[in-house]
Amino acid sequence: MEKKEEKREVEMISAKEIRDKYLRHDMMPHIFCTGCGIGNVLDYTLWALEKEGLDMDKTVFLSGIGCSSRLPGYIDVDSLHTTHGRALAFATGVKITNPELNVIVFTGDGDCMGIGGNHFIHACRRNIDITVIAVNNYIYGMTGGQVAPTTPEGDYATTAPYGNLEPAFDMSEMAISSGATYVARWGVKRPNQPINSIQEALQNKGMSFVEMMSPCTTAYSRQNRMGSIEEFWDWYDNKTILAEDHERIKQYGSEEEKEELKDKIKVGVLHKEEKKSLSERIQELIEEVQV
Amino acid sequence: MNEEELNKAKKAIGEEYQFIHGDTAVAYGALLAGCRFFGGYPITPASEIAEKMAKLLPKVGGKYIQMEDELGSIASVIGSSWTGAKAMTATSGPGLSLMQENIGFAHMSETPLVLADVQRSGPSTGQPTLGAQGDIMQTRYGSHGDFAAITLSPNNIQETLNYTIRAFNLAEEYRTPVFLMLSADLGHMREKVRIPDEVETFERKRPKVPPEEYIPFGKGEYGKEKVPEFGVFGEGYHTYVTGLTHDEHGFPATDDQQDHDKLIRRQVEKILDDREELTDVEKRSLDDADIALVSYGITSRSALGALNKGREEGKKLGYLRLKTLWPFPIKEIEELSKNVDKIVVAELNLGQMYHKVKEHADKDCEIALADKIGGEIHSPDEILAEV
Repeated sequence: MEKKEEKREVEMISAKEIRDKYLRHDMMPHIFCTGCGIGNVLDYTLWALEKEGLDMDKTVFLSGIGCSSRLPGYIDVDSLHTTHGRALAFATGVKITNPELNVIVFTGDGDCMGIGGNHFIHACRRNIDITVIAVNNYIYGMTGGQVAPTTPEGDYATTAPYGNLEPAFDMSEMAISSGATYVARWGVKRPNQPINSIQEALQNKGMSFVEMMSPCTTAYSRQNRMGSIEEFWDWYDNKTILAEDHERIKQYGSEEEKEELKDKIKVGVLHKEEKKSLSERIQELIEEVQV
Repeated sequence: MNEEELNKAKKAIGEEYQFIHGDTAVAYGALLAGCRFFGGYPITPASEIAEKMAKLLPKVGGKYIQMEDELGSIASVIGSSWTGAKAMTATSGPGLSLMQENIGFAHMSETPLVLADVQRSGPSTGQPTLGAQGDIMQTRYGSHGDFAAITLSPNNIQETLNYTIRAFNLAEEYRTPVFLMLSADLGHMREKVRIPDEVETFERKRPKVPPEEYIPFGKGEYGKEKVPEFGVFGEGYHTYVTGLTHDEHGFPATDDQQDHDKLIRRQVEKILDDREELTDVEKRSLDDADIALVSYGITSRSALGALNKGREEGKKLGYLRLKTLWPFPIKEIEELSKNVDKIVVAELNLGQMYHKVKEHADKDCEIALADKIGGEIHSPDEILAEV
């Protein structure tokens, strides 16, 4: 992605300064529920933008429909809040038309993996140079808690009142197998790793996918009796295991440790490779055949 | 478009005179109009437009992409348009059905784009290789909610090229999607075409005020009053574009009746206020006519045959061809229906524009329908049978 060319001095900056610099204050108050992780995802994204020094006049945010898709509205930047599932297709048009722009997509698990699944795998396959930040709450939150393609088997949702009968998709694994060149997954409780990952995603010249597991304290928590907000956040935190620890236990761990792995969700930078992006290849073709 | 860009387009297109089919004429017209993005998905009988654009666009520095489906192709076109390109897609009935939600988004977000629809018989997969005129209402009422459409309907290959240019100009001028209606017969029929030397193009009005004073969905400051200026992504205007009902700054305003009413009425009026300016009809032999043949697109060529044959037989026939289908030419139909005793509407469906003609015609004028479906155009006799 393009960034300002001059060498930047990294200065101390306060959270208030970040808010004043990047947010649209006339859009407040926001729509999100107490205890939702979306605010943290926005916060981490803003810190990554600041660290990377992206020019906000040359950055476009896109989103589809759902809780997470309301995020671009709060950022003072060009943004396209599109139809359900289609943000990646809109983003493809934006990036190809003007490769100089930094293109970032906020999406959710229903938006990206359900209705938008086809656009998702093809955007990965094309390795189009955009950064996707997917807020995965494992449920359709905005519409009141219906079952999603990511809802774990057996979990409850308003449209799975007897427990979910279907196996779930792993979004990050889908991104990797479809051709994305940077894939990371994190919880929302700890800021540093996700901020670094979003920054690396912005730097990657290709399709970057950062999955953020975010507790839905309204729809998911209520139906699956996850307890208080604090308990739910801790539950998430305990559920995760670093990718390198996961790998180590798989190879050298005891039977007991291996058994515990089955219940864990791998977090970390899950995939990284160098590959030419589609926008780059289109530019090369134009230079070759232009009259 | 500047001289250099036009010359590039002409160079890519080649010979001044060519024997080409309608699909190719759409691609040529698009290039000459300044179209520099095409998001496509293959579908008979429109695929040749995508094929031509895939070949020609890189030659003029434009971008072609084949998307994963029609939902994606129209989405990529809207994204491209907001990034400043004149952008288009092409499809046929099944694809047009799939695009409807994002067509609504283009209306709501006032995004200029051109959609060429090479019609085939439906519903569903129907007769993929055979022509029809069954999508007329879909361009006007296909997406949910209230909006006004601009829909053009050429009847020969030169006009197809010229009207593609006109479609882009109208899209830019009114900040709206514009539909260009062909049918399989027109898309695949070859005629001699001259590539125009001079091309008049319209570029969307850009804001002249600094970003902090720019109101993306407010009043047009120096073009049409109901068409706000367009701040292209990447130029510092920080526009929030949403399919939600929004205020003039673009921010969601979803629970106030007045906000929605104000927004949608302006979007509809920006087109319907100019109904007469947009209306384009061709009239023949109407001065002394008792019976008028009303048609559009490929069917008007059969109607012309019927006119000539009927006149030879001594029938006092006249001919009115709708070149703009939407906005509907109300005044022309009102006037016509007062001057003739009967109107015969000929179209390749079981009656679509027939109902619009009936709605606006004088009550004393008889309205008949010469319908035809199944992938063949009318013979002149089939139209004369309804006279």
